[in-house]
Amino acid sequence: MRLKTDLTTLAMWAIGGVILLAIVIGSVATLRAGGLSARAWRDLVVFGLAQGSLYALIALGYTLVYGILRMINFAHGEVFTAGAFTAYFAAVPLFSSPRFNGRAGELPLVGGLVAALGPEHPVIVGVKLLLLLAVSMGASVTVAVLLERIAYRPLRRAPRLVPLITAIGASIFLQYTFAGLYGSNPQTYPDVPLLAGKTTVLGVEILRAQLLVIVAAALLMAVLVFLVQYTRTGQAMRAVSEDKDTAALMGIDVDAVIVRTFIVGGALAGAAGLLYALLNKQVHFYMGFQPGLKAFTAAVLGGIGNVPGAMLGGLFLRLFESVGPSLFLQGLKIPAAYQLKDAIAFTMLVLILIFRPTGILGERLGAKRA
Amino acid sequence: MSRSLLQHPSLRSGLIAGLVTVFLGLVGFLSAFQDDALLVGHLLGANRSLTLGTAVVLAALIWAGARAAPAGRPGWPAPRGPLYGALAGLVAALVLAAFARLGRSVDLRAIFPKASPELYDMVAFSGGAFAGEAGWELLRLLILGAAMGLLGALWQGLAPRSRRLATPAILLVLGLGVFAEQFLLVLAHNGIAEHFRGWLFLKGGGLAAPGAILVAVLAVAAGLAAERGWTPRQALARQAPARRRAILSLGWTLALALTLVLPWLLGSYHSDVLDTVGLYALMGLGLNIVVGFAGMLDLGYVAFFALGAYTAAVLTSKESFLAPCIRLVEGVCAEHMPLTGFWVAVPAAVLVAGLGGVLLGIPVLKMRGDYLAIITLGFGEIIRILAQSDWLRPYLGGSQGIAGIAPATIPFSGIAVAGLRKPQLLFYLILAACLLAVFIARRLRDSRLGRAWMAIREDEDVAEAMGIHLVMTKLMAFGTGAALAGLAGTLFGVKLTTIYPHSFALLVSINILALIIVGGMGSIAGVMVGALVLVGLPELLRDFQDFRWMAFGAVLVWMMLNRPEGLLPDAERRRELRPEGAPAAAD
Repeated sequence: MRLKTDLTTLAMWAIGGVILLAIVIGSVATLRAGGLSARAWRDLVVFGLAQGSLYALIALGYTLVYGILRMINFAHGEVFTAGAFTAYFAAVPLFSSPRFNGRAGELPLVGGLVAALGPEHPVIVGVKLLLLLAVSMGASVTVAVLLERIAYRPLRRAPRLVPLITAIGASIFLQYTFAGLYGSNPQTYPDVPLLAGKTTVLGVEILRAQLLVIVAAALLMAVLVFLVQYTRTGQAMRAVSEDKDTAALMGIDVDAVIVRTFIVGGALAGAAGLLYALLNKQVHFYMGFQPGLKAFTAAVLGGIGNVPGAMLGGLFLRLFESVGPSLFLQGLKIPAAYQLKDAIAFTMLVLILIFRPTGILGERLGAKRA
Repeated sequence: MSRSLLQHPSLRSGLIAGLVTVFLGLVGFLSAFQDDALLVGHLLGANRSLTLGTAVVLAALIWAGARAAPAGRPGWPAPRGPLYGALAGLVAALVLAAFARLGRSVDLRAIFPKASPELYDMVAFSGGAFAGEAGWELLRLLILGAAMGLLGALWQGLAPRSRRLATPAILLVLGLGVFAEQFLLVLAHNGIAEHFRGWLFLKGGGLAAPGAILVAVLAVAAGLAAERGWTPRQALARQAPARRRAILSLGWTLALALTLVLPWLLGSYHSDVLDTVGLYALMGLGLNIVVGFAGMLDLGYVAFFALGAYTAAVLTSKESFLAPCIRLVEGVCAEHMPLTGFWVAVPAAVLVAGLGGVLLGIPVLKMRGDYLAIITLGFGEIIRILAQSDWLRPYLGGSQGIAGIAPATIPFSGIAVAGLRKPQLLFYLILAACLLAVFIARRLRDSRLGRAWMAIREDEDVAEAMGIHLVMTKLMAFGTGAALAGLAGTLFGVKLTTIYPHSFALLVSINILALIIVGGMGSIAGVMVGALVLVGLPELLRDFQDFRWMAFGAVLVWMMLNRPEGLLPDAERRRELRPEGAPAAAD
């Protein structure tokens, strides 16, 4: 008995070892061949950081909900879609109709202001972006709260498989709801003035959109850490995540705290949705699926239920994904390595769960909870 | 004050019904079914038809009334029931009127492409024959809403017995109406469609009034007969045991004979649908072993389906990289091998898929619940990504897939499953595979291994303490389930003759999971019912295709909230899935 269990552990380590070996061999081969210039590597890293901070924002939603309800909110990727897709319909008039771009005088006050400052004035662009952010966050929060109220709340005491299947169903339902409501064709975001082109920060050339994403994500995460650590709501959230029943005995309204958690997670996902759309320009009804899965991977990577872990996991995972194909897959002589980008993330998930199921920063996830 | 008003049942039900209808309209559900006539009849001096779309709107109004009406004494409407019901219908109608008004004054189509003027006509019951002034239109809509709400309330007040008798009649009429076109196709295939036209079905599809009444009367009569104990089951119970066994075996033989001639009665198109249902049932039986018996949620089940399909394709396709070797081997051993091609590929595919199941099972042995779900999902995606990649293109064909898969042959007769009769012939192969799978699943369920699976499902730690070898037991579940998926994959390749990586998307896994859950986790009969309902019906209802996934998602959520044990539950599974203290469903 003991011996056989050890054999499977051995097999798992062997699989993990082979993958790690392949990574090392591939990387060494690539570096020796010297395929890419230092600048190309730097671009890959910057790109990875920008996308990674988006993953981190989404991963926070998974981690917050998991910390409190011990369930994977499988539909979180669709909460993200809701924000990005809904904000598209606000972005089109704001950035491409003449009415809000200082060419027609239909709205005397707004039009006059825009005409006076010019549609490319930073204040005007900033206000418009904040409006978009409000729309995006609002849509995501609405979906997240409805999801909690309709699909998850009645299942608080159900066996674990039940809410998970519900979440999967909700995810599929929401995806195809967006396809039905907004149409199933991809839509292209309008160009935002000031965000096109590159700029230089600390001697590194970076796309302006990427810079915006990194800065905005960092700000949002700072707000979140403050919220969780230093406010009463955050204190209540931490208490509920520690022990729901005891928290209820201490006079905490558990349902209200859960709703607030969904609101915070939804708002972060909505912000991530808008930033994603500004960076990648395209939105479609299943856009949330892959980022959702990756963000979940990131949350596990950092240690699920752990807020700094989710941020770190998101950055690390996306960096790995962005650099990985060029670093070790090309070294292994695999053609069109970028096609396997998505497989890397899942391989990494497998590796983490084999070698360190608690994640990088996690200590809360014992073998029992896995 | 405002809070208590909001909680008034009439307002709540009316708002929910109205908003849900608006939602269905905006996603395009209502307009998609605006051409499907359910019932056609002569009314108010012209032929009018009740379309499926309109029926949905009416049903929402009726539902609002039924939900709002408080339960009274059995058999009597509660004193305020009709009033509450009518009010709820009125509120729902007001929501619809407001929506139509809004849509007509602001163009919503910039955001919602499905918000067409026809949709507003439809939800406001105006336009066409009903065109008129706006004031009249509103009044008519409100009266209609109140009337429908009243109807719902009266329905709620009916004696349970009347409701029990009327429900099957209504459902049968609706079902016949929805699938009228399909019934006519099948009847035409057998050359007897003309006998049913005019009184039962009408030319353009839809049920004619006399037919509808007849069907309803028959259904009520059957219900009355059942009340008196005149059902086949009870009649059978009255027989002596020896006779009962004889009748039962005769019944089974007849059922089998009917199944065997079924594809020829149905024709090519419907046989093809049946083949698809059979394939999904086969995969459902396999996944049922993993999810239903052993309680491990596997979202990457499609990976094994793909493994089987690709193995079989590589072994039998003319275009595969192995084709020269295979020709060589077949040339040498042709005289000694009675079965070739397909029949060699089947065991190979089953073996490869089964091994794949065990291998992918090893790393996930220690995971439970949601982690297992996500990681298996990841495996499924990895397999699809690899099949699609340029890296493996020389072997698996990249995104073009593998074409030219050799047809199967019916053993010892030399008949190739190809040509015009292919769907019918393939049905026998799929039926045989399903019967085999049912046999395996039943025997395993009642075996020592099956009991070990169920013990693991209920409590892994206790099962281990009782001496169950977790590793072997779990790997057996993964392996058996995957092997059945491999078999299904082989048949899938034969059915389509070309396989593409995008046939193996995550949605296939979700589809299979959904059919297991609808049928009842762990229940073998449930898998069959689930496959018929979730795979068969959407194939038949053309316009439903676009809403298929949305409906699947909604069905998954609804089932988990209201009936987690499924339609045909396994007794033990039901006990587990009902949360502690909750009453079991009465049926």
